Amino acid sequence: MTLQECYEAIGGNYEDVFGRFRKESLIRKFVLKFLNDPSFDALCKGMESKNQEEAFRAAHTIKGVCQNLAFVQLYESSKDLTEQLRPGQDMAQVDGALFERLQEDYRRTTDAIRQLEQEES
Amino acid sequence: MKSESKKKQKVLIADDSEMNRSILADMLGEDFEIIEAVNGKQAVQLLQKYNVEISILLLDIVMPEMDGFEVLALMNQYRWIEDVPVIMISAETSPSYIERAYELGVTDFISRPFDELIVHRRVLNTIMLYAKQKKLVGLVSDQIYEKEKSSNLLVNILSHIVEFRNGESGLHVLHVQTMTEMLLKKLIQMTDQYRLNASDISLIGKASALHDIGKIAIPDEILNKPGRLTKEEFEQMKTHTVVGASMLEALPFHGDEPLVKIAYQICRWHHERYDGKGYPDGLKGEEIPIAAQIVSLADVYDALTSKRVYKDAYSHEKAVQMILNGECGVFSPILLECLQEIGENIQTELQVNSLSQHSQKEMHNVTAEILRHEELAVSERTLRLLEHERIKYQFFASLSQEIQFEYTTQPPMLSVFDWGSHQLGLNEIIMDPEEDESLIAVMGKENLHQLIEKLNGTTQEEPVVQFDCELQINGAFRWSRIISRTMWFGDEEPQCTGAIGKVVDIHEEHLRMIDLQHRASHDLLTGLINHTYAKEYIQQKLRAYPDSNFALVIVDLDHFKQANDNYGHTFGDQVLQYMANKLSHSIRGEDMAARVGGDEFLIFLEYKVDLEAAIQRIFRTLTGEFNGFPISLSMGIAKTEDGEREYEELFHRADQALYAVKRGGRGNYRYYDDSIKDTLSAISSID
Repeated sequence: MTLQECYEAIGGNYEDVFGRFRKESLIRKFVLKFLNDPSFDALCKGMESKNQEEAFRAAHTIKGVCQNLAFVQLYESSKDLTEQLRPGQDMAQVDGALFERLQEDYRRTTDAIRQLEQEES
Repeated sequence: MKSESKKKQKVLIADDSEMNRSILADMLGEDFEIIEAVNGKQAVQLLQKYNVEISILLLDIVMPEMDGFEVLALMNQYRWIEDVPVIMISAETSPSYIERAYELGVTDFISRPFDELIVHRRVLNTIMLYAKQKKLVGLVSDQIYEKEKSSNLLVNILSHIVEFRNGESGLHVLHVQTMTEMLLKKLIQMTDQYRLNASDISLIGKASALHDIGKIAIPDEILNKPGRLTKEEFEQMKTHTVVGASMLEALPFHGDEPLVKIAYQICRWHHERYDGKGYPDGLKGEEIPIAAQIVSLADVYDALTSKRVYKDAYSHEKAVQMILNGECGVFSPILLECLQEIGENIQTELQVNSLSQHSQKEMHNVTAEILRHEELAVSERTLRLLEHERIKYQFFASLSQEIQFEYTTQPPMLSVFDWGSHQLGLNEIIMDPEEDESLIAVMGKENLHQLIEKLNGTTQEEPVVQFDCELQINGAFRWSRIISRTMWFGDEEPQCTGAIGKVVDIHEEHLRMIDLQHRASHDLLTGLINHTYAKEYIQQKLRAYPDSNFALVIVDLDHFKQANDNYGHTFGDQVLQYMANKLSHSIRGEDMAARVGGDEFLIFLEYKVDLEAAIQRIFRTLTGEFNGFPISLSMGIAKTEDGEREYEELFHRADQALYAVKRGGRGNYRYYDDSIKDTLSAISSID
């Protein structure tokens, strides 16, 4: 799988990220690094323990990182969740399906990246 | 050390996402030195540490511990924002966020997603912009501002002294100055024959304030006379021109300063007339320096339009009319033209120029930039020196392996410098240290409280405190000495702004002290308390508990000399140690046993009813044998119950009782009673 194919598989925009980073090696480095980003775990923990502040921060971070890496699909779902978790909103009102969608998008993204990683080694 | 790496400018990236930090670091890494902070607190700490060494801060908004806005607020409070530009890198794009960020002094935004070119360019541009600005500020504030300020101050003081004596409001000087400047500005628009530039105008304006300093030598009765002056009085009044000029001429220093030269002209010749009929020298036409001509006109105008003891204020129109008609002196035609040109503006300008506004205007004249820096007019050079000091200090500190800290009251924040925080297992920055759990764990609540009390008790004159306590260092409690100095700011009413200090490990020293104390109070051979200390202890007890009953017992080992003689001194020592050990175990915890000397021991115990049982128990326990040597003892006992509560006398009585036992064949004990009152002492005649 090439890096472009990986971006296709996860609903990302390779042209966009290449336009900004200008080096494939740099993009690849950060795409692989995404697997180690703790924000998703932090989000799950925050959602589970109903810690809105932590959940908001984690979702917010995922959103920012995805925006940088042009993971469009995961960016969209994390953006929506971020808005619902924003301080001042009621966490009880958060749409459960939205969090599931984000989990699904995250799984698909990390699956594809892992495949990329395996083929590389 | 590579000079190349040294030259790289430092970029501080504060973002809680490691991904975002490293993306930015990769985009900038080749050209800049990257420092990373994982939250706002750390960012503040790094800013404090590196200060102006940091060329730019890339700041996220949503962060744990302390968010981006709080960082900006602190940067404003400490004025770091003036030296360290900030670019926001948050994913937040709502206008309210952005507006607030700009209000707090953010220079620019880099929006997500990051674009390498944009990030690079924007960081570089911002750094360059700030560097230029800093350079300018440094130049201006150092070379011009300071000088302007001090000379302005002197001029103001001098001129106001005159005004005070003159009974004028203090505005006259100001009006003359304002009008002088207005006339000059108009003049250079109309002609270039005088070759005046902006700084000349400012100089003449300033010097104009001194036009009447010679009046200081004029007697009060003349200066403030309500009616018309006599001829003699007028002649004397006229001397203020020459007097003022010679005062300036006689200045021991600064005689060559342009300001002084111009002020001389103004003082001496501001009463000359263009037609040559003025005083003191009768100069004519352009013989009169332009500075003096202008001030003369301004002086006359303000005198006319102000209320004086001998006249009311004239209107602007009337005053101008009088001047043009030559009723109040003769002026050069071009100056009269200037006067007419500026016309109505004079009134508004003069009214606007209240005292405080005037000084503000001065500031603007120098540069708007300085207004922002008026309190902290530090130049690049000063900062470099400070930086130099900081590096030096840190270097020596790291060599000395000391724990060092700094505390600021606003905000309440304790910084423990890197090596120290590592030793103590503390964060480098602790907000609200008084309530901080980790700090309390290290030094204990009570100690922390006491230290704060001590610091609160300091003054600017005596700012240093010293406090010894146990600290948990590297997991173990060690005796430490905290030496701290409170910091004060301000001359009039100094405010405590915080404290600095260090922690010195005195554990070994402290243990040695304890050991020394122990040695001083204990017998080396047996480990029991020695006689001197026992005496102190007993006296204290007797005093502290006047209603309790005590018994003082002297124990003497019978035939001890034989043990020494037959088995050697080592054996003798062992017997004594054995005895001491038995003794300590035969008494209760609250009782006391001591070695008085040689083979004599002392017991001091409190009793309620049955002293005899306790004495019997001790006597039985001690009697026996040690490695074949039979241990027999004699004991003399004195009780406070018999009415004696002085140590010396109690000891003496026990000693006499002991003597009686020895004389009676040893191996027994006896209480003191009056029947043996006059017997001898046992201690002085031991066998």
